[in-house]
Amino acid sequence: MTHRTDMNMDPASLELAKWRSTPLTPRTRLQIPAQDMPCQDPAVRRANMQEVALGYTPAQAMLEAERCLQCKNAPCIAGCPVRVDIPAFIGKIKEGDFLEAARIIKRTNLLPSICGRVCPQEKQCQEPCTVGKALGGVEKAVQIGRLERFVADYERAQGAVDIPRVPASTGKRVAIVGAGPAGLTCAADVRREGHEVTIFEAFHKVGGVMVYGIPEFRLPKALVAAEAQVLETMGVSFELSFLVGRTRPLLSLLQKDGFDAVFIGTGAGLPKFMDIPGENLVGVFSANEYLTRANLMKAYERGKAGTPIYPSRRVAVLGGGNVAMDAARMALRLGAEEVRVLYRRTRDEMPARAEEVEHAMEEGIIFDFLKSPTRVLGDDTGRVAALEVLSYELGEPDESGRRRPVPIRGSETIIPFDTVIVAIGNESNPLISRTTPELKVDRHGHILVDERQKTSIERVYAGGDIVLGSATVILAMGEGRRAAAAINEILQ
Amino acid sequence: MHVTHRIVSKRQLSEEVFRMEIEAPYIAQERKAGQFVIVQYDQEYSERIPLTIADADPDRGTITLIFQTVGASTHRLALKEPGDEVIVLGPLGNPTHIENFGWAVCVGGGIGLAPLYPIARALKDAGNRLTVISGARTRDLLIMQEELAAVADEHIVVTDDGSFGRKALVTAPLEELCRRTPPPDIVVAIGPPIMMKFCAQTTRPFGVKTLVSLNTIMIDGTGMCGGCRVTVGDKVKFVCVDGPEFDGHLVDWDNMLSRLGAYRQQEQTAHEQCHLEMQLRTLQEERS
Ligand SMILES: Cc1cc2nc3c(=O)[nH]c(=O)nc-3n(C[C@H](O)[C@H](O)[C@H](O)COP(=O)(O)OP(=O)(O)OC[C@H]3O[C@@H](n4cnc5c(N)ncnc54)[C@H](O)[C@@H]3O)c2cc1C
Ligand code: FES
Repeated sequence: MTHRTDMNMDPASLELAKWRSTPLTPRTRLQIPAQDMPCQDPAVRRANMQEVALGYTPAQAMLEAERCLQCKNAPCIAGCPVRVDIPAFIGKIKEGDFLEAARIIKRTNLLPSICGRVCPQEKQCQEPCTVGKALGGVEKAVQIGRLERFVADYERAQGAVDIPRVPASTGKRVAIVGAGPAGLTCAADVRREGHEVTIFEAFHKVGGVMVYGIPEFRLPKALVAAEAQVLETMGVSFELSFLVGRTRPLLSLLQKDGFDAVFIGTGAGLPKFMDIPGENLVGVFSANEYLTRANLMKAYERGKAGTPIYPSRRVAVLGGGNVAMDAARMALRLGAEEVRVLYRRTRDEMPARAEEVEHAMEEGIIFDFLKSPTRVLGDDTGRVAALEVLSYELGEPDESGRRRPVPIRGSETIIPFDTVIVAIGNESNPLISRTTPELKVDRHGHILVDERQKTSIERVYAGGDIVLGSATVILAMGEGRRAAAAINEILQ
Repeated sequence: MHVTHRIVSKRQLSEEVFRMEIEAPYIAQERKAGQFVIVQYDQEYSERIPLTIADADPDRGTITLIFQTVGASTHRLALKEPGDEVIVLGPLGNPTHIENFGWAVCVGGGIGLAPLYPIARALKDAGNRLTVISGARTRDLLIMQEELAAVADEHIVVTDDGSFGRKALVTAPLEELCRRTPPPDIVVAIGPPIMMKFCAQTTRPFGVKTLVSLNTIMIDGTGMCGGCRVTVGDKVKFVCVDGPEFDGHLVDWDNMLSRLGAYRQQEQTAHEQCHLEMQLRTLQEERS
């Protein structure tokens, strides 16, 4: 990472020296502009798979850290689902002690390099930030996520990632089902107490959505692999391509294979479709399928990958979340000429991370707000030819306070497309509950747990998307951690 | 990390058909007739190839797969030798519903004879009177014949070119069986999609329940992507978790066939590329 090497070459270091030439007061701190994230040029990056955001330089990080007012009440901590001690780690960045900053984060967040990249900070820690409030906009808050990413990357680049010490084996064994953020976090916390841990994962790679869903250009797979490596070094075993419920019934793990407890972190993973005519035509994909082909199966490395990707020119992506943004930007990188995102509401209601929407717009993705398809039209070979699209307007606010989209009668238009990617969310994968009737689930198929993540079966815990529905990496980690604490307690 | 499984033995059954025995103790123990696995020839770039389990030996801890080299990926798989490692996920899908129906007719076409065998055997074991119709393009592609003949009460063999058995398509004897009184109680047809489509068409007028095992394009095989979806009686079904067997009279065959062809062009290019590579390899081997 050459851009980090020479502090003196970095314009931010001059800035930093200038601001520091007089003692900083809360007033002057508020005058330091929020540091932009250096990024690949949109015209270049839309044709490559490399990471879009390049990361702060040390001087930029220190300058951004100087914006923090070190509020006594620390509203940011309350906004963080795992309560990272944000003022403390930012304080260390100010001092230039980046490794100590990383250590502070890791006390509560196992995967800072990942969370720094994918957490919706503008809805979590940065939302209540005093600086943002004082300056009248959440985008002006201290850039906590970028700082988190910076220290985690710095620690890894220095080769200073410390592997948690594992005490002598207790002889107790814990099975973790699913190697997504929930499972990985639970595994680490249980292993730290000296229990033997085996992770069973259906796919041939570790990481869950972080490897099959979130693209390389947003979250480099090498980062996820490095985290898996840390677990391996800690002595966690992995059984990949192992589908619990099919390869082995869940309860056999406890009853026959000698495991003392099980954690289920199998994720959401059942794609929703629109339920409109024509949805089974050739050229209609769930975002899960499209992204799995592209990411996990590496279809973007044409000529090398065995898995093909559909040749698209005009792509419609349905939805407004992170998944929709990822699918749209992936389609662009795979060579589509025009990619349009169709969303039933407006930009303000989009659940995607703000940064991803901005990046997508910069890259030339077209947004059709207040539009939703009613039909997929095919050609005579059964392939997608067009979408029939209905327009909406915003009506009265609904229970959630958001203005409800109301269809405009007779506004249907036909737009030509050859590919449609459905990204309207996921439900929970029923495989484990179907093959384990004792396991109680709600009517959406989410596993029911108590406040300590325990399921209806003794010694079986669950967490992450399989409990919450489609949620976030950080919430999944939080649940994995809570389950680990409960498991460690019963194994004492 | 434990990812792969060892190939124990490999045999070439015909020019294009291979039989592989793979060490997979859990799958050997858990699998039932009608289930399949997903195989990858490596962890980095391999496509995920769904293959039905032809046989399993729980004592040896092995499963047997029989596959035809139809594209680049199956070619690459066929290049693996005993002692090499492959990735295997399974058993996937729902087992065939087996009961004593009375008279069961099992129809297999080409490579479909392999997955048909465990089902035929299970039906026989459940007390059914069993008729098997084996069909293939030509004599060389008729596989599992000894095994099938051993379990069938009646075994009818047809080839397209008449090189063995009757010169006919499987639908001809199937129709004759349906005309008997009473007609078969159940038909299970496994083979190329077009064959299954016509088997379903043949039995429909007689009202004979016909199960088919669909081999759609798949990615994960666990219900996560919907790439394998088909329309069955106005409902969308995921073949990997709701199937692979469905009522042949309810399947929307045209949609299923066009979905199968989604990547035909890319597959052809890859397949040709693969043939070229293999020719090059043989040339190089001959030279050295
Ligand atoms: C495209 C996309 C983009 C996203 N972007 C963001 C983002 O920017 N920020 C954010 O915070 N969140 C994002 N999310 C959501 C986030 O990824 C998930 O909330 C999170 O990964 C859930 O973690 P998990 O551990 O519960 O499950 P998952 O990550 O889904 O992992 C579950 C794992 O379990 C495995 N598994 C399933 N069943 C079995 C079984 N029976 N046996 C063995 N293994 C099994 C699966 O193969 C998978 O690897 C995104 C999701 C998607 C799909
Ligand atoms: S193969 Fe992905 S859902 Fe069936």
